[in-house]
Amino acid sequence: MSAIPAALATATTLGGAGALAGLGLPYRLRVPVVGLLTAGAGVAGAAAGVAALGGSRWATDLPGLLPLVGTHLAVDALAGVFMAVAGAVVVAVAVYGVGYAAGHGPHGLGSRTAQAMLPLFALTLVLVPAAASVSTFLVLWELMALVSLLLVLAEHRERASVRQAGVWYAVMTHLGLVLLLAAFALFAARAGGETFAALRAGAHTVSPTVRGLVFVLAGLAFTSKAGAVPLHAWLPRAHPEAPSPVSALMSTAMVNLGVYGLIRTGLDLLGGGPAWWWLGLIAVGGVSAVYGILQAAMASDLKRLLAYSTSENMGLVFIGVGACGLFTSYGDRPLAALALAAALLHVVNHAAFKALLFCAAGSVVRSTGLRDLDRLGGLRSRMPATAGLFALAALGAVALPPGNGFISEWLLLQSLIHGLQVPGVAVAVVLPLSVALIALSAGIAAAAFVKALGVGFFARPRSPRADGAREAPPLMIAGMGLLAAACVALALVPGLLGDALDRAVSAIGLPGSGALSGGGVRVRLTDISASLSPLWVVAALAVAIMAAVGLPRLYGRRRRRMNARLWDCGGGAPTPRMAYTATSFAEPLQRVFDDVLAPEQDLNVTPVRESAYLVERVRFERRVPDRIEHRLYEPVLRALAGTGRSARRLAGGSVHLYLGYGFVGLVVLLVALAVGW
Amino acid sequence: MSAVGYAAVAGQIVVVGAGAPLLTGWMRQVRARLEGRAGAGVLQPWRDTRKLLRKEPITPVGTGSAFRTAPALLVATTVVAAALVPLLSTDTPVSSHADLILVVALIALGTVALALAGLDTGTAFGGMGASREMTVAALVEPTILLSVFALSIPAGTTNIPAIVSGAVDEPGRLASPAGLLATAALAVAVLAETGRIPVDNPSTHLELTMIHEAMALEYAGPDLALVELGAQMRLTLLLGLLSSLFVPWGIATGTSWAALAVALVLFAAKVCLLGAVLAAAEVFWAKIRLFRVPELLAGSFLLALLAVTASYFLSGAS
Repeated sequence: MSAIPAALATATTLGGAGALAGLGLPYRLRVPVVGLLTAGAGVAGAAAGVAALGGSRWATDLPGLLPLVGTHLAVDALAGVFMAVAGAVVVAVAVYGVGYAAGHGPHGLGSRTAQAMLPLFALTLVLVPAAASVSTFLVLWELMALVSLLLVLAEHRERASVRQAGVWYAVMTHLGLVLLLAAFALFAARAGGETFAALRAGAHTVSPTVRGLVFVLAGLAFTSKAGAVPLHAWLPRAHPEAPSPVSALMSTAMVNLGVYGLIRTGLDLLGGGPAWWWLGLIAVGGVSAVYGILQAAMASDLKRLLAYSTSENMGLVFIGVGACGLFTSYGDRPLAALALAAALLHVVNHAAFKALLFCAAGSVVRSTGLRDLDRLGGLRSRMPATAGLFALAALGAVALPPGNGFISEWLLLQSLIHGLQVPGVAVAVVLPLSVALIALSAGIAAAAFVKALGVGFFARPRSPRADGAREAPPLMIAGMGLLAAACVALALVPGLLGDALDRAVSAIGLPGSGALSGGGVRVRLTDISASLSPLWVVAALAVAIMAAVGLPRLYGRRRRRMNARLWDCGGGAPTPRMAYTATSFAEPLQRVFDDVLAPEQDLNVTPVRESAYLVERVRFERRVPDRIEHRLYEPVLRALAGTGRSARRLAGGSVHLYLGYGFVGLVVLLVALAVGW
Repeated sequence: MSAVGYAAVAGQIVVVGAGAPLLTGWMRQVRARLEGRAGAGVLQPWRDTRKLLRKEPITPVGTGSAFRTAPALLVATTVVAAALVPLLSTDTPVSSHADLILVVALIALGTVALALAGLDTGTAFGGMGASREMTVAALVEPTILLSVFALSIPAGTTNIPAIVSGAVDEPGRLASPAGLLATAALAVAVLAETGRIPVDNPSTHLELTMIHEAMALEYAGPDLALVELGAQMRLTLLLGLLSSLFVPWGIATGTSWAALAVALVLFAAKVCLLGAVLAAAEVFWAKIRLFRVPELLAGSFLLALLAVTASYFLSGAS
């Protein structure tokens, strides 16, 4: 008897109960009860995922649940990865969310709607990977989109920008749904069935053109959900404007489902495809990685920076998935397995550190009401726990040892470097470029997170609000502590995930890579001679730090540390206004990538009335607009608006005209029928 | 693993740690003589370090733990990297724990720690240095990893001892176009990583042009000694890495004490020669403008990309 159905049933019950509690309970009881039930649903979901990763599989049909088609559910190890990650993030965020919403008043996240939606959102995040037919998948997918939309709008009374972000999100997620609907409808019609089993069986009978079309449409929808370019524009708007616990869920568990959908559709249901699919996916991933992190490095809004960094990390994951497909299409299955394992490990790592980053950013926002790095600063002494946790997560995000992100990027680089064994000129050109793009994105990520941590948390407060910051309440710190523990575990003993990842990779028919093995403390590749012991690196660094601190003390005379004024080249004790801001920190990088970013700036100099040489006021303003949005979206939006305006002329208000339209339409239809059929 | 292996690791750490000030002194001396000055002598950096270590530690008001831990972290990352790079022997007990990517990442970790310390001071100069350093570091990263890629193609691994011993067995790899291009690319990257002319001038104290020094402005006493030592060690380590990768002869590949001793002497000779060449070149070069540095790095990136493609197509043809 598998534990999966019991766990999923528990998750559904708790999630449903949480939604009802959110609607029904008075404010005082609402937040803790909903938090508890959501956390319970998360635990159950994670348990289902872990059970699936442990090797059990489960499938069921519930014919009565959806009219006409019924509900099909199935859980394998691949779904298990995403369920376990979603469940784990839900648990931590639910604990954090109780602290976040409490004391915030019955508005925002504490409101009736938001509290009712939060458990439902958690539930859909856990259940989407369990769907095993097109209709079940789409129903859950759409439910997840709608529920998250309501959550994004939770703080709409406080900021007008929330409403705008909500509109963008609603439009783009439904654009994705339309693409997905078209792709799956086409696929199901040609394959002769809408359950995943039928699609899998019928995929070989579908013509290559249709398969390609299905992949492109579904790929666009799924990469959009994951925030990859070009359909990423909703992400840097919606993620910063949502309440932080919701941002944490959206930026980890929800974007992950875009990756899940792509792996499931491309590698499993369609059973892999020609090289051009995967080259396209690698291109999308590479561009997203660099463009996303470049925008993150320019952003001075803390949460916007984190949102763009999600775009980057999902880009890296797509490079891994694309490499996996590419190697499969050339027949090198062990290497494909390694690339996919790297991508999945990065999904897990990213979820851990990004959820923590968003939660830490949330406690900054909650305490100061500021997201603008240029006005923050000095938080390390005012909110030490939050600052420390942010630093820990940032270490994971910059892909440097001993952070957890380094291990998955290392695996990804190994799979790409060894990919040159695969013959083919396309491979020989694409893989080095991918390695370069990964390296560039890692380098810029370091700059972006040095900025976020160094400007946002270090130095001195640049505004009175930052000066008055207080540490977050214990429940929020507890939630973040859970995520931090996950980050540390993933950084030190990633090998514990080895078997689980192998099972997930073999769920789509690839051999297990054996990438992570050796008792949990070692990353050793079986086919490739390269190894990494994260635990050894940490131990060696610790010993070296102790030596570097201790040896000079032995040599020098032991004296107490003296406090002294900042020297600052003799200028002495600068004011906080003189410190480097996030904008000035990013300026050199912005200048280097001027042609890509195309910043816009305004300089207004107002001279005093008596003399043109004396300046009364200088106003400088610079924006780094999203250029892809600028170039790609605005023409489309303009064209749509233009069409709408000109279509208005058709409706002149005359009944004769409308009758005429009806008559002409009927005649055209009849003529077409008579001639064509 | 044998005692020789452990001795080799210890030797690498000691030679990088203790030799780094000497290398800097040697380079300054070469430069001084070429410029017609007498110079302060090879031992001067040692004397400076000793003097600084005896001073009282000072914490500027308004700085935090990032500022205090950065010097130790800078030295520690370099020490761990020195243990991993086969400077003296390819047969060490630690070599299987990590590879070239990790070494590169450790060096980057030291850079990040110092940049955070620069921002932690809250002065304009600290921020300026941090911002410039991170810009240069971000742009160097692709070059370094592509060079790693190019080097690992013939060896079939990113494990450094395997790359080095492979090159000892098959010297033809180094003379190949791919090997030469990768050398050139990595050399430029090393100049940028260690903050030498033409990217940064290590002896400048002109606020508006400096990169590395700007981050370390607020340090004094033992902390300053560690920061300086860390920078010197990085230079030694990276020059040593270059010599190990491209002039690997003499590095001990087995477990014999004699080979280790020969390797030590040869290592010192190679690094001193490289240092002298670098110092001599610096006499004739000027530091380039900060915003010309990306052009230099883009050039080195192109070389590295050519190295990878050359390595692929040439090895495919043969």
